[in-house]
Amino acid sequence: MKPNNPMGNPYRMSDIEEGRLSYTEDYFEVWYRWSLGKYLGKYLEGLKNGVILGRRCRVCGRIYVPPREVCQYCFRETDDWIDVGDVGRVNTAVVSYIQADRTRIDKPLIIAVIELEGASEGMGILHRLGDVDPEDVISRRIFGKKVKAVWKPPEERTGSINDILYFKLVEEV
Amino acid sequence: MKMNINFKNRVACVGAGMTLFRRRLQETPDELMWLAAKTALDEAGLTIRDIDCIVFGTAPDNFDGIHMQSEALADGGGAINKPYTRVFVGGGTGVFSAIAGWWHVASGLCKRVLVIAEEKMSHVQPHPQYLFHHIFDPVTEKPLGVNLIWIFALEMHRYMYKYNISKEDIAKVSVKNKRNALDHPAAQLGAEITVEDVLNSEVLVWPVQKLDISPVSDGAVAIVYTDEEGAKQLTDEPIWIEGVGWSLDTMYWTNRDLAFPTYLYYAGKMAYKMAGIHNPRKEIDFAEVYDPFDYKELHHMEGLQLARKGEAPILTREGVTERDGDLPINPSGGLLGVGNPIAAAGLMKVAEVFWQLRGEAGRRQVKKDVVTGLAQAWGDLMQVGTVIIMRR
Repeated sequence: MKPNNPMGNPYRMSDIEEGRLSYTEDYFEVWYRWSLGKYLGKYLEGLKNGVILGRRCRVCGRIYVPPREVCQYCFRETDDWIDVGDVGRVNTAVVSYIQADRTRIDKPLIIAVIELEGASEGMGILHRLGDVDPEDVISRRIFGKKVKAVWKPPEERTGSINDILYFKLVEEV
Repeated sequence: MKMNINFKNRVACVGAGMTLFRRRLQETPDELMWLAAKTALDEAGLTIRDIDCIVFGTAPDNFDGIHMQSEALADGGGAINKPYTRVFVGGGTGVFSAIAGWWHVASGLCKRVLVIAEEKMSHVQPHPQYLFHHIFDPVTEKPLGVNLIWIFALEMHRYMYKYNISKEDIAKVSVKNKRNALDHPAAQLGAEITVEDVLNSEVLVWPVQKLDISPVSDGAVAIVYTDEEGAKQLTDEPIWIEGVGWSLDTMYWTNRDLAFPTYLYYAGKMAYKMAGIHNPRKEIDFAEVYDPFDYKELHHMEGLQLARKGEAPILTREGVTERDGDLPINPSGGLLGVGNPIAAAGLMKVAEVFWQLRGEAGRRQVKKDVVTGLAQAWGDLMQVGTVIIMRR
């Protein structure tokens, strides 16, 4: 039964912790400063002003959120800035019990893809949902429901996707 | 799609080898490459002197923390003073390295090629999962604290919603693949588990639970290709590469149809056209489809047209995808059972198709007579499909 005699020597964390296996460690710290370009820069500026901006391609008519320079279908520059509003519908949603480093969190987060009403069908963005019962997510009753952005107070906004605190339900589940 | 399907040389796979897949292996990445490469060459009856060039696949550099990963590992791959290429498409890399190896021979550039894929994830502390935080857009997504399991859970839930699929039916994939892996000598997580075990396992991001996911792994795999003339000298049982395909969707994954893998539909179409396949469901005898999560096996069967949209869970429930079924899927045990050293896991699937077509899979051998097999992988930000079709 191929593979014949697959090789390699497994070890356990305890082999390292108890000194049975040699190892070395290294750590490096670096940070990045991204220039945002014309499109994402204006997107973040819009968020600071409480507006979600998209870009329209006049040839195919698609409105993209997040906004971008090139229409992926027409391979040409997009034409217009569009305020797509801060109301949308839940395309999909999940209940997260872990953080990015996989450690567990006490209060689960509700994460969703939200299709904004002013953008083309299927153009969603990633964000949190707030004031939502996890049961409505697990049962998928929340799918297709209308939600609206809850913004930070203007003086606290920094030009970030986090200027939106979360999206809240504006219709009954 | 306009595409040339006439190539200079027909390409045969004549050998494959792999290391154990384990959560932690003591060997360094280049040592793992050596073990896999030597085994594959021995099986093919060749030495490194016979090899014209080496193609290497590994996933993001930051698993090893050396940002010139292919160069750092060249010795272990036998690549010194030879043409050496690294290809990368995230999780799709394993199958893509097999595709890149194919074009080196098909073009007439080389006669014999060694393809190696290696991954060592265990270096990363405190958990390899955290590196995936750094594959996201730093403007629109990363500030939200996004992780990879979120986006798979979002896709899985959309798929379940669209086709009204139950968690029970999806869990059956995990049960099947972990059971299949019991017969794989290199497997990390072969086990006899039940649907209830999956449903009772730790909830990470609903609907994803711990036993829905493949593990973190170390391991390496290698295969050897030759042209037609070389294959006839070496073996009575060459396995021919009949079709390859790959396709990339946008990085803006929230703008895509999450219920259907469009990237894979196009990759499959390309490979089927090259292989002259008109009805994949009838003409593909078995397949190794990419299963880092149990729902992805179903999602990918549909993208590959091995099932109609929403039909893959039904085929699974009816036993069609078992090893003794009409369309065996992941007879190796897949990523869920054998393990998921990312690039190596994809090439493991190619090696499994090779062994199955040669009738060398031992207790894993599928029951029906098989002539045509398919291996597939998926990666980047859920956006690439890579497909290879092999025949005996």
